[in-house]
Amino acid sequence: MIGYIFKRILQALPVFFGTTLLIYFMVFAMPGDPIVAMFGDRGVNQAVYEQLRAQYHLDQPFIVQYFIYIGGIFQGDFGTSFSGQPVSEVLAATFPVTIRLALMAVFFEMLVGVGVGLVAGLRKGKLFDNSSLVMSLLLISTPVFVIAFVFQFVFAIQLGWAKPTVSGDAGFTELLLPAIVLSTLAVAYIVRLTRSSVIETSGQDFVRTAYGKGLTRSRVVRVHILRNSLIPVVTYLSIDFGVLLVGATVTEGIFNVPGVGRTLYQAIIRGEGPTVVSFVTVMVLIYVAVNLLTDLLYAVLDPRIRYGK
Amino acid sequence: MTAANENTSNENSAIETPLLSIRDLAVEFPNSKGAVRAVDNVSLDLWQGETLAIVGESGSGKSTTAHAIINLLPGAGRIAGGSIEFDGRQLVGASSHALEAIRGREIGFVPQDPMSNLNPVWSIGFQVEEAISANNPGMKKNEVRKEAIEVLKKAGLADAESRMKQYPHQFSGGMRQRVLIGIGLSANPRLLIADEPTSALDVTVQRTILDHLAKLTKATKTSVILITHDLGLAAERAEKIVVMYRGKVVEAGPSLEVLKNPKHPYTQKLVAARNAAPRKTHAGGEVAVSVKNLEKVYSIKGSAFKSTPFTAVQGVSFEIKRGTTLALVGESGSGKSTVAKMLLGLEKPTSGEIVIDGKNIAGMKHRELFSLRRQMQPVFQDPYGSLDPLQNIANTIAEPLVTHRVGTRKEREARVRELLEAVSLPWAISTRYPSELSGGQRQRVAIARALALNPDFIVLDEAVSALDVLVQAQVLELLARLQDELKLTYLFITHDLAVVQAIADQVAVMNKGQIVEFGSTKDIFAKPQQEYTRNLLDAIPGAKLL
Repeated sequence: MIGYIFKRILQALPVFFGTTLLIYFMVFAMPGDPIVAMFGDRGVNQAVYEQLRAQYHLDQPFIVQYFIYIGGIFQGDFGTSFSGQPVSEVLAATFPVTIRLALMAVFFEMLVGVGVGLVAGLRKGKLFDNSSLVMSLLLISTPVFVIAFVFQFVFAIQLGWAKPTVSGDAGFTELLLPAIVLSTLAVAYIVRLTRSSVIETSGQDFVRTAYGKGLTRSRVVRVHILRNSLIPVVTYLSIDFGVLLVGATVTEGIFNVPGVGRTLYQAIIRGEGPTVVSFVTVMVLIYVAVNLLTDLLYAVLDPRIRYGK
Repeated sequence: MTAANENTSNENSAIETPLLSIRDLAVEFPNSKGAVRAVDNVSLDLWQGETLAIVGESGSGKSTTAHAIINLLPGAGRIAGGSIEFDGRQLVGASSHALEAIRGREIGFVPQDPMSNLNPVWSIGFQVEEAISANNPGMKKNEVRKEAIEVLKKAGLADAESRMKQYPHQFSGGMRQRVLIGIGLSANPRLLIADEPTSALDVTVQRTILDHLAKLTKATKTSVILITHDLGLAAERAEKIVVMYRGKVVEAGPSLEVLKNPKHPYTQKLVAARNAAPRKTHAGGEVAVSVKNLEKVYSIKGSAFKSTPFTAVQGVSFEIKRGTTLALVGESGSGKSTVAKMLLGLEKPTSGEIVIDGKNIAGMKHRELFSLRRQMQPVFQDPYGSLDPLQNIANTIAEPLVTHRVGTRKEREARVRELLEAVSLPWAISTRYPSELSGGQRQRVAIARALALNPDFIVLDEAVSALDVLVQAQVLELLARLQDELKLTYLFITHDLAVVQAIADQVAVMNKGQIVEFGSTKDIFAKPQQEYTRNLLDAIPGAKLL
């Protein structure tokens, strides 16, 4: 098991260097001179320009710049954004907000998605099943910004149950509405996934054997159907968690959430190289970690999967 | 006086009432066109302590009848009429709560396929304990555990205590079946329904398990309903036999009576198929296939860097003369299929020689092997898995011709016509798809495909094992006819010794990768030399009955 985790971390190294190098190169190749851009329309003094170029190592070849930057990351130095704020501070301000939002969204996905999917699967072909399918189709085909605006208008503005936008400290109750909006699409998928998985498991021989043992229906559903049906759902949930962690640009934009998505979007627009690269680096690390956790969770749910052998 | 009389008559009636009494049972599966009646007008009685076998081919309704008793019909199946009385209680229309109390506690259930009937994500111990605590509410946790170990030990799992924490995939098929029997008997039910409990197992394992089941149920006077497709097995294990055909009971009576004096034509055919005359031995021509000192070593991956060698086949040598059949017999894991794969060039031998038509194919290059494949063709066990579901029958049969670029489109069509005729299938079938065919028809298609290139040598890997007895007899007959007409050489791989007598001239018995006995079919069956072969022959169900 430990050997397996070690192997996976080793595998993550080329992924880490590959993606950061690629992103770094893309930012490097962006048109325009970042130092000229810093000074805007005023123009820049040649001596100051040279000094700044040396300070940001812009006079070095591309690959040297990259390794200087990577070396800094390993010492906890993510560079400085053009506003003068250390990038590490920007990261520290935005990631907790996004993580909170993502956790809340995943919680809704599990609660509503698995719950509705389970009931629909057990009542295949009945009214509940059919209406949940229609609902999920509706959610899947509606763009997220439409759902976001409708929710914002109905629940925040008309009914006044929540604030329409999120303040700087992004508290739990404030994030409730964006989290629900964020979860809707995944909920629809998970309802369908859980439903088909439950129907498939219900037809398995071991379920009939479980009834044959004299178990009650509720126990068969809880112990034998639900756990086996959750295996594909867990894959989807964890991939979705990864997606949510790297930020939901549209939803964060509409609800003014000071999270990763919105900040990264602005950084790209402004051409802030160090900020973009740092954010992507952290995202890669999160993805790799979430993927590893998913695979380990698999082994917990399904004992046939054993790693390290 | 009258009171005393009433007492005795009550006692008498208590003894004379059957434990289970089924009357006019009908089971339906609704579909878009109405309903299919899978079981119709079935009546039977079972007394305390008695074993009753329900015999029939697949689709005869035998399993459905058994599932109807405890209301575990698959899908939308429902009881359409009749009554099922168990110990004086009506089970048809009983509440789900009442049935939950009867299942497990009073009627135990042992399912058919040991591979799919244990939940793969829970440990063996958990699944046994669950059955025990469901039927003994209020039992303490450590008592349940103790009882579970006891149940598994009784079912023949000697090291039960240490294996409780293991998962189903860590158990062999035979071991899993023992677990399922243990679960079925865990609450000391009065009736045990065993649905083909050993069909997926080797004959020797089958015998051990059935012996064990008989011992356990005899000790507790448990009644047993044994569902099986094997008339011999039924006659050997049960006092009474009920023969089902197309959802109806066609014959019922004491086992030996049914076996010796079958009345219904279907039963007569079943009995005849069992007593098929051994084939007339073919002398054969020159040697067509010769195998010398064949060896295959696999490396089994252990930990990340180590692998241990595993010898699957060792020192195997035999010759097959043109126009004759060699049967390769053995239990699962004996290496017989590995030999077949090497002969077909699908696996490379580690060492040794395979000479087909004077050419050594061991170590042959891909190109040469390709042209040699025209002369040797396989037919595999599973007629469901070995035909492409998306190709119609004509394309399936013509595929080898296309691959080897034989003939024009017109000529190929003519050849397909010829081949269908050879395997006694109508031309109309050529535009159909495998899913629309029965198992026997599919196996005929697989044989036609194997014959397409006019091969001399056919490897039949358990080619009739998945078929019902009567269909099996027909396919064997077809194979024998084709052999005579086309001078074919067969290598027939099987675990079923009953089939061997009908098709083989010579028999090679394999055990642990080696041939332990080799001889003519007659000699092997009449006077087996090895203990292993004797065990295999003794384990044929019903062998001693006739």
